[in-house]
Amino acid sequence: MNTPGVFTDEQQELRASAKRFLQENSGSEAIRSAMESTEGFDEATWKQMSELGWMGIAIPEEYGGAGYTFTELGVLLEEMGRANLAAPFFSSVVLGAEAVLNAGTEEQRKDLLPKLADGSTRATLAFTEESGRWDATGITLAATQKDGGYALNGTKMYVLDGHTATVLVVAARLGDDIELFLVDADADGLTKTPLDTLDMSRKQAKVDFSSTPATLLGQAGGGAAALERTLQQAAVGLAAEMVGGAQWCLDTATEHANTRVQFGRPIGSFQAVKHKCAEMLIEVEMAKSAAYYSAWAVSEDESELPVAASLAKSYCSEAFFDVAGKTIQVLGGIGFTWEHDVHLYFRRAKSSEIYLGDGDYHRDVLARLTDIGGDN
Amino acid sequence: MRWRIEDTPEQAEFRQQFLSWVKANVPDGWIEALEKGDETAFEAAWSHFDVMDWNRTIGAAGYAAPLWPKEYGGLSGKVWMQNVVREELARLRLPLFGINILGIGLAGPTLIEHASDAQKERYLSKILTSEEVWCQLFSEPGAGSDLASLATRAEKDGDEWVIKGQKVWTSIAEWAQFGMLVARTDPSLPKHEGLTYFICPMKAEGVEVRPLRQITGASEFNEVYFDGLRIPDANRVGEVGQGWEIARTTLMNERVALSGLSTSPEAFMGGARKDPWKMFVHSIPHRDDRLVRQSVARFHVEREVKEMTAFRAAAARRVGASPGAEGGVGKVFNAELNQRQTSFAMNAAGPGAIAWLPDDKGAEARARAFLRARGYSIEGGTTEILKNQLAERILGLPRDPAADKGVPWKDIKRS
Repeated sequence: MNTPGVFTDEQQELRASAKRFLQENSGSEAIRSAMESTEGFDEATWKQMSELGWMGIAIPEEYGGAGYTFTELGVLLEEMGRANLAAPFFSSVVLGAEAVLNAGTEEQRKDLLPKLADGSTRATLAFTEESGRWDATGITLAATQKDGGYALNGTKMYVLDGHTATVLVVAARLGDDIELFLVDADADGLTKTPLDTLDMSRKQAKVDFSSTPATLLGQAGGGAAALERTLQQAAVGLAAEMVGGAQWCLDTATEHANTRVQFGRPIGSFQAVKHKCAEMLIEVEMAKSAAYYSAWAVSEDESELPVAASLAKSYCSEAFFDVAGKTIQVLGGIGFTWEHDVHLYFRRAKSSEIYLGDGDYHRDVLARLTDIGGDN
Repeated sequence: MRWRIEDTPEQAEFRQQFLSWVKANVPDGWIEALEKGDETAFEAAWSHFDVMDWNRTIGAAGYAAPLWPKEYGGLSGKVWMQNVVREELARLRLPLFGINILGIGLAGPTLIEHASDAQKERYLSKILTSEEVWCQLFSEPGAGSDLASLATRAEKDGDEWVIKGQKVWTSIAEWAQFGMLVARTDPSLPKHEGLTYFICPMKAEGVEVRPLRQITGASEFNEVYFDGLRIPDANRVGEVGQGWEIARTTLMNERVALSGLSTSPEAFMGGARKDPWKMFVHSIPHRDDRLVRQSVARFHVEREVKEMTAFRAAAARRVGASPGAEGGVGKVFNAELNQRQTSFAMNAAGPGAIAWLPDDKGAEARARAFLRARGYSIEGGTTEILKNQLAERILGLPRDPAADKGVPWKDIKRS
């Protein structure tokens, strides 16, 4: 966006090509086959996405990426949301790679990021625990020094693609401080248990650590700030994805309202249905604004990111869920079937609404950051 | 919201040129006071400001209507010029259109497109300098959303038209010299075909303007009664029966030229100085209560996304593209948001919102805003009509079947 709020021709082309690729490779059958597998994604599609350079789009060139901004990453995420892609892209590229960028030493970045950029390594971020808290206050997993390195003991929950990632970035307490650690997927004392998920196209795992060897990511003392920033970026990324999902719902509801005939008229000519569609359009446009703005803030206005991220996460979460629910209603009986894809989006909407903190959580954060104030 | 549009060199040059012009035409010390944030000095400069004089000056310079062709006193400019002028005027607390908002924004463009040369010659330059103020005589008690069903009659009598009927929700009618009047000239035709557009002299015999007392107790609008008003045929714009087409030009300009502007006294007069959002937040007590905090934060989010969406539309226009859906969704969203927010402010104030000492201006303003907000989802297109338009024009959903299609106006069922 040379002019904020307006996509460049190059960005529009990126969107068009992503859309084409995902139409071919993330159709209903592909999603359903991925969600019925334990891994939750198709290796061949992952490889093709790597070859398109998607994993490295927002990774700086010096670390093997394409060096674009969050706006371009957001374009990809929006299209992935529209296609309800089942793949560990969000966990590896947004959570994992950004955590390494934010926290890693130069050496660690040089080592890891090129492998994340070419898709040969898949990372994730393990930060939530059984308390279900989305910020550092919920982190109890203990890190201790051992043999010149570190060992981790404890349990992480709700780890996106925790059972298929090849490297885990783990938030732990070293004394009172929050630090981030790198753990290899095949490390000793690591047990990964896939969870049943509401959104079956996005896998989660419980990860147990028992004297698991770990490497400190970055310098001691830098973990809390890096984690906070990573979670803000993740909220921005998820907002973009949710906008795409909401757009799919709106398109699907509109098409149905145009073609479904009852009482001798397309149901979209009844205002009860027509107005529902108009309300969805309004929500989708407002959600786009929040998502595009927050993506802009990541690269252009550091100090605005915390507010913009919470603003986008709270608005887009609620908009996507509302639009998905309305879409089921416009579809009527077919919308209540397993066969129709709308339930995939409805599940993704609720899952994404809650993941990283729901609207209430982010409005509390936003109130603290602005002159609204408040203590909790 | 921190999105800003960088000027192109051409735009920056125009902005500078306009600013130099403003500096030369506002009271001494105005700009300096604003730059220093010195309210006392600004008050002093403000006391020398004559709004009518300002309207005349900015009109004569063409900046009041950058989009009008040069031959009629405008700048033959691009849409971004209008935006630049508006941005600078708002920043410098100067009035946007002055009182002749409807003349410059609506009547002028309509006349430029449809009027005869003689009419253009007679009216346009005096609109631009606000020497003649205009109002819009469209809505009627029986024709709101369905404007084309309007019933005010114009009957030909020799070289004149005799007007009988009533208009309503007419702002500025009490000050206007002329009105844009749409009247029915042939009741035997279907509703859209029997209308004709006139330039209506507001101070003539047979026109009565009565202030309409609205829900707030104040009067922003009027009712206008026509009883035997005689308008010369020379005041007819376009052909007999062409009224709907011409009215649509006016309505299109209402949407494009006036979107986001209000006809409130502050917008007429300039001088606005307080951030309404900050005033709102600080007016809400008990923000440490989670329920209150959540509500205020939600309003913050909604207000911001509304502004970002308006910005996306403006940015698209600035780069020469026409906005997509983002340009059409703001009004419905804003009307509902404003109603919820003003209602919330009442609840947050508790009993102080329903009873106050006579000198409590804050309480009075809060109640007025709460009541005024009900109008936002009605005026300028009801929320229901706008949702139809969004669904039909942007989403491509089918229109409602119309019961009055092709039926002579006189045979249509009316309330």
